[in-house]
Amino acid sequence: MLAELATYSDRLFVAAAGIYALAMVLHAVEFAAARAKTPELVGAGGPDAEPEAAPTRSRADRFGRMAVALVVLAALLHAASIVARGVAAQRWPLGNMYEFIAGICLAAVVTWLVVLRRTPASRPAGLFVLLPVLILMLLADSVLYAPAGPVVPPLRSYWMSIHVSTISISSGLLLVAGVASLLYLLRRSALLPAVTEKLPVADTLDRLAYRITIVAFPLFTFAIITGAIWAEAAWGRFWGWDPKETVSFVSWVIYAAYLHARATAGWRTGRAAWINAAGFATMIFNLFFINMVVAGLHSYAGVG
Amino acid sequence: MVTPTRTPTREPSDPGARAPRPLLAAVGALLRNGWRGLTSMRTALVLLFLLALAALPGALLPQRSLNQDLVDQYFADYPWLAPTLDRLGFFDVFAAPWFAAIYLLLMVSLIGCVLPRTVEHFHTLRGEPVVTPRNLARMPHHGRATLDVGLDEATDLVRARLRGWRRAERADGAGRTVSAEKGYLREAGNLVFHLSLIGLLLGFAGGKLFGYEGQVIVMSGGGQFCNTGILGYDSFRAGLRVDGTGLTPFCVRLDDFEADFLPNGQPDSFRGTLSYQSAEDVKAGRVDEWRTHQLEVNHPLRVDGHRVYLLGHGYAPRFTVTFPDGQQRTEQIQWRPVDQATLLSEGATKFEPPGVTDEEERRNSQLAITGLFAPTSSGGPVVTSVFPGLLAPEVAVDVLRGDLGLDDGRGQSIFQVDQRMVESGELVRVARENLVPGESLTLDDGTVIRFDGVEDWAYLQVSYDPGQHAVLVFAVLLLAGLGLSLSIRRRRFWARLTPTDDGARTVVELGGLARTDRAGYGEEFDRMRADLLDRPTTREES
Repeated sequence: MLAELATYSDRLFVAAAGIYALAMVLHAVEFAAARAKTPELVGAGGPDAEPEAAPTRSRADRFGRMAVALVVLAALLHAASIVARGVAAQRWPLGNMYEFIAGICLAAVVTWLVVLRRTPASRPAGLFVLLPVLILMLLADSVLYAPAGPVVPPLRSYWMSIHVSTISISSGLLLVAGVASLLYLLRRSALLPAVTEKLPVADTLDRLAYRITIVAFPLFTFAIITGAIWAEAAWGRFWGWDPKETVSFVSWVIYAAYLHARATAGWRTGRAAWINAAGFATMIFNLFFINMVVAGLHSYAGVG
Repeated sequence: MVTPTRTPTREPSDPGARAPRPLLAAVGALLRNGWRGLTSMRTALVLLFLLALAALPGALLPQRSLNQDLVDQYFADYPWLAPTLDRLGFFDVFAAPWFAAIYLLLMVSLIGCVLPRTVEHFHTLRGEPVVTPRNLARMPHHGRATLDVGLDEATDLVRARLRGWRRAERADGAGRTVSAEKGYLREAGNLVFHLSLIGLLLGFAGGKLFGYEGQVIVMSGGGQFCNTGILGYDSFRAGLRVDGTGLTPFCVRLDDFEADFLPNGQPDSFRGTLSYQSAEDVKAGRVDEWRTHQLEVNHPLRVDGHRVYLLGHGYAPRFTVTFPDGQQRTEQIQWRPVDQATLLSEGATKFEPPGVTDEEERRNSQLAITGLFAPTSSGGPVVTSVFPGLLAPEVAVDVLRGDLGLDDGRGQSIFQVDQRMVESGELVRVARENLVPGESLTLDDGTVIRFDGVEDWAYLQVSYDPGQHAVLVFAVLLLAGLGLSLSIRRRRFWARLTPTDDGARTVVELGGLARTDRAGYGEEFDRMRADLLDRPTTREES
């Protein structure tokens, strides 16, 4: 029974990834079909913003809407996959790299859907948000896959569900923020004008990155604090400069610098976006390099 | 973080600075400008980057504080680079002077910025909201209408709507103005966040100065350990102000230990039944009373401000040697796991011949039982372990006789015999055999060695960190401050109420200004404007 459920979980995961891929294709078509936006049209992407325009909705718009619908479907399957795995393994389903990445990706997708609901004009960035999500999911399913099963005793603590969940959610949020900052930088640069002028306007991207980061940063701080509380109970000290802890500290400092840069004349826009992108880079570095290459206490969360 | 109005890098230009002036004043100017530079936001940003950059080698290079073996390995792999890195402190990044310099400068910069702001915020809290600007139409948010009510009634309406805001009313010609401000907690949160960082660092430093941790192996089945001095520990890391005297003398005893493994060998649970006496119990002489604690991973014993952790476990085979004269000696000492997956262990159990008075003879007839122990043996002539649990224990031992070299004054490993004694021929192998519990072997001189059985041992760590409660409190404060400073918006609201000439109606003009970046004040202002101005009896004018 439980083994079957684990299989279903794996299949749902693959199905979700497949549908994300399909949504990406539709987003790509939307992107290709779209004409460069004139500033006046920005903000008019919402469903019923212009009722009389609805019957003659552009092709790009139709593809974009289909893509979003698919992302919603895939996110539901994705969530079901995580729940099924938790039931199958009879524990909180964030016990290894595969599950952790699944959690981060779901958090990123949900963040993106919330963003779309609030600022529908962000939709053309969908392709670029789904891309890292899909890459992470493919890596998780191939290289990092671990069958559903019990975890080692140090991971059996209610702090695991708190610490790893909040880390996953904040990582997912920061992923979307990082993508927004990178697109902002691309948009501001003179590179590839044919592509970048179809993206949401620079100001929207910038605001998006900032708004997500000010939610993610306190959550990330909370996650680090719960990690310290757990480490105090499990490893004998609340902070020991374990490689994972060290790089989390580095990320935290960089995001702190981002928030400071937002309040410093001359740093508010371009430089701040670079800092946000650097923060995102350290999160990715922490996820892969530290877990898989450097030996540390967090290593057991990785692959054998 | 989020210090929107942090000293915006005042230009350190002083018109008179270049003119010749007394040395003292020049030094004063230098200090002042240096201080301004240090406490400016740009410096803080640069220091934050440096801090992030400086911490990275701590993750990428092996660190002594985490794993000395990896550092040694690095020295072996990169002999041309490692000594230089070592001189620069790269194997102890978090104790390196340059790392300390960065965070201390950052802290000074932070204090230099936050303290003046705290004073400023205190004054703001005691002061009144600022005077209403002359021209409210120039504010980012604005509204204007004529209400069909008198001045006093209109004022009441505004007051009611501004409940919860800090208000100040001032006379303004024939009418009056209401200034209001909200969101003071944003700056308060910001200050709490930054001040908590200082507290956090102090708590951390306190732990590093006065804390310590020590590791010790305790045998199951009644093994005891008392925290009376450093010598009781197998390894000990002292804080900078800890000399090892005056430790809190609590005692623990490991009554039983149980390790469970899944069929695939993955650990399932480790449980130690621990008895303990607090320092108070010991002092009061209640030496026969023991309290119990179920010791598990994630569930340390907390006693007298100390914590006792279960870090690992292994096996100790017990051997009984019956010497030719009939005397028996039993020894049981931990063997160390060489393979964490199967807990195949190695070790050396050493014996002195009893009742030998001649020094030379005593020294030359010492015994050592060395070899491998498998908790679940594969069987067959070569003993290997196939499972970490104690299902089919077996030892593969070499018995060595001769001079163990215990008397030469050098320390030696409890897990090995001194190979130099073997090489010099002073220690010779006299038997090699595989034994299961209960089996014995007989040496050429009639000595019988029996493998009696196995006991578990647990690897315990005692930790003491007097700063950790402070760190937790400041971490919680920090988080609360951060939440406030990022979620609360500081905004101002003004109303100018001017009665019409006949006094029956009142012209109400509103203005709003958000004082923080990306505040999203517009929606709230629109609601307030609608509540105040969109009344059936209103004539909208703009």
